[in-house]
Formats: sequence, C-alpha cells, structure tokens
Amino acid sequence: MHEMSLAAGVLELIEDSARQQNFSRVARVWLEIGRLAAVEPEAMQFCFDAVARGSVAEGARLEIIALPGSGWCAGCATSVSVSEIAAACPQCGGYQVMVTGGTEMRVKELEVE
Amino acid sequence: MCISCGCGNDEATVDGAVAHQDPAQVHTHADGTTHSHAHDPLHAHGHEHGHELASAPGATRRVRIEQDILAKNNAYAADNRQRLAERGIFALNLVSSPGSGKTALLCKTIALLGGQAVAVIEGDQQTSRDAERIRATGAPAVQINTGRGCHLDAHMVGQAMQTLGLREDSLLMIENVGNLVCPAAFDLGEAHKVVILSVTEGEDKPVKYPDMFRAASLMLLNKIDLLPHLDFDVDAAVAFARRVNPQIKVIRVSAASGVGLDAWLEFLREGLARAAAAKQEMLDSRKRIGARPEAQTQRPLP
Repeated sequence: MHEMSLAAGVLELIEDSARQQNFSRVARVWLEIGRLAAVEPEAMQFCFDAVARGSVAEGARLEIIALPGSGWCAGCATSVSVSEIAAACPQCGGYQVMVTGGTEMRVKELEVE
Repeated sequence: MCISCGCGNDEATVDGAVAHQDPAQVHTHADGTTHSHAHDPLHAHGHEHGHELASAPGATRRVRIEQDILAKNNAYAADNRQRLAERGIFALNLVSSPGSGKTALLCKTIALLGGQAVAVIEGDQQTSRDAERIRATGAPAVQINTGRGCHLDAHMVGQAMQTLGLREDSLLMIENVGNLVCPAAFDLGEAHKVVILSVTEGEDKPVKYPDMFRAASLMLLNKIDLLPHLDFDVDAAVAFARRVNPQIKVIRVSAASGVGLDAWLEFLREGLARAAAAKQEMLDSRKRIGARPEAQTQRPLP
C-alpha cells in the first residue's frame, strides 16, 4: 500500500535531479532497499510505472539492490544477521534482537538521457 | 498527486481547506513556463534554475543521487520538530488499527489533564467526526482528511500546526489514520510514536505488523476492563511486542474505566517537563552566546 507513497518519493527526487542536471529522460533507476524495509519490489515497480506516467521517468526500469538485514543481539552481545523483523537470534534462538540495518530506502543512481 | 506520499493528496484537507497547495509558490519563468513548487525545506533556493533542454539527445549518462526516498518527508519532520522544541511542546504520534479506542482515550486524557493546554491533530480519510469529539472536551482540534491517503505526512502536520496556533509548553496529540502499516515509515516531528493495541484484537499483532511496534516507544494496551470477557493473553502480547522491540514500554489502560491512566498521565507530565526544560535550556544558551535576533528566527536546514 505505501509503495505508492515511496514511488512518489522516488519520482520527486528524480524530478529535482532533472531540474538541476538538465536531463529529459530516465532509462534506469537504481534503488537500495533493505530486506527489512517492508517494500515489495514488484509492487514498487507497478506503483512507480503509475506515478511516473507523463514525467521524465515514464517507462524507466527500477533496479533494486537488496541490502542485508542486521541486528544486535543483547543475549549474545554481538551483531547478527536478521532475516525478518521479530525473528529469533540465529545464534542463541532468543528474541532480544534490535534491528540495526536493513531498513534503508535510498535512490542510488540514475541512467539518464 | 501528493509530493511526499503519492496517495491522491489532491484531496487532502486541513479543516476542510485544501492542503499541499500554495498559490504563492506557482510562478512563471521568463520563457513563459509556469509551474509550482511546494515549499521545500531541503532546497530553500531562489528558483534560479532554467528550463534548458538536455544537451545531447540520445546520449546516456549516470547521475548519482544517494538520497533517502523519504528525504522530503524527513526534512518537513525536522522542521516541525524544531518549531515544537522552540515552543516547549511535547508531541506524540498516536498510531493503531481502526477501532482501538484512540479518540476515546484522547477525550478521557484531556479531561484528566485538567488545566494543561492540549491540542489535537486528527487524521482520517474522511469526515471531521473525531475533531468534533475532541472539540466537545474544550480542547482545540484540527481535522486532516487524507482522502485516498493511508497515513499523515509531515507536511500535512506542519500545516495543521500552523492552523492550530500552538501554545507554549503545551501537549500536542497527533491521532494518525487508523492503519498499522503505512504510518510507521513517516516521521511527523513527534517526540514518540505511541502504539495502541486493544485487548479485543489478537495478542500476536505486534509480530504480524512489526514495523509499527518497532517504530513506537510506548505501547498502550487499551480496553483492559474487558479482559474478564475475553480470551486475551496479556503476557503473550507484551512478549510479542518486546520480541519486535526489546525497549518498548508498556502501560495497561482502560479509557472506559480509568484503570491504568495514572501511569499514562505520568508519562505525559514527564514528557511535558522535559520539553519545557529543553526549551529553557535553548533560550538560556542563546542568551549566553548573545545570539543576534535574526539568528534566532532562522532555523538550521537539515
């Protein structure tokens, strides 16, 4: 549902850049999305196609770079990899993991004409 | 289309007035092109950009952006946070599913706080019913209608703050659209998100909708007067919430019977005292450094 909001945020950054960098068409957009950011790549592309219609980014392809989830387990006092929010610690099986990475949502780069 | 949420905000209104449009920001360039910008705290530029065409058509190149998708919303939120800090206002963003009892809890809280100044921003897709319920308690309230939108954003809240005309050292309660998913990602400039879970819902909601429980600092477990009639495991609900967010505070309350509200009021009074103290400290430090008057009116850009 909020992929629509995020797609509009992406388009807005692109349009700002188009004004500053003088380009008239965007072919590809690289996004860095954390695995814990609750963003569905397919929904994102669908929503982006909808919001980008009639803009410099109409028809642009989204390339999504998935970033790994990570956290700090208070039980083990160590950094661990996290596959989903509220998952047990892969080392001790406990539920004292604070998510420290994997919720990023960034526009990294554009390929423009 | 909403610049920050994209969810049909042509319809978003603050107390019935259309949000997200400011005729002063519509302007015409020398080449006759007319367009509009939202006021944008990220780029307080003077519109010196032109409308030249891209140089070599057909030639591709890479442009690095490296910006957070929510950068615009976050900049508006930082702006709101600064305005609140300068006035010593303690602001909370109340989030939950529809029907958890947010508005009833707010009405009761306002009554119990007595003389404390409280203002409320109400977010719903349609109607001003919630704002009317708040105004009936005597507290000022504005209604944001998000239209098709599923959450409040920081720009809407900034406009609502202006409409409300907030008092110094007051409490600002922002009741978000009833939705356990989308509001989690949108910072409004609040001190804390407070998630309300009622015992008539499932105790496993924190693990089914983890983003919101991870974003919140406090969970209010509401309607606990109904526990004798329900098969709801309070300890399991708290354990699920801590699984998502080991640091979340929990207060068990009933807006209907008043049980547990002392602890909630204590949380609010502590927040108010902290906000007032932080404002005073800011004023004192400005006096010490002998800040020029114009320096005081300029907010630092994020």
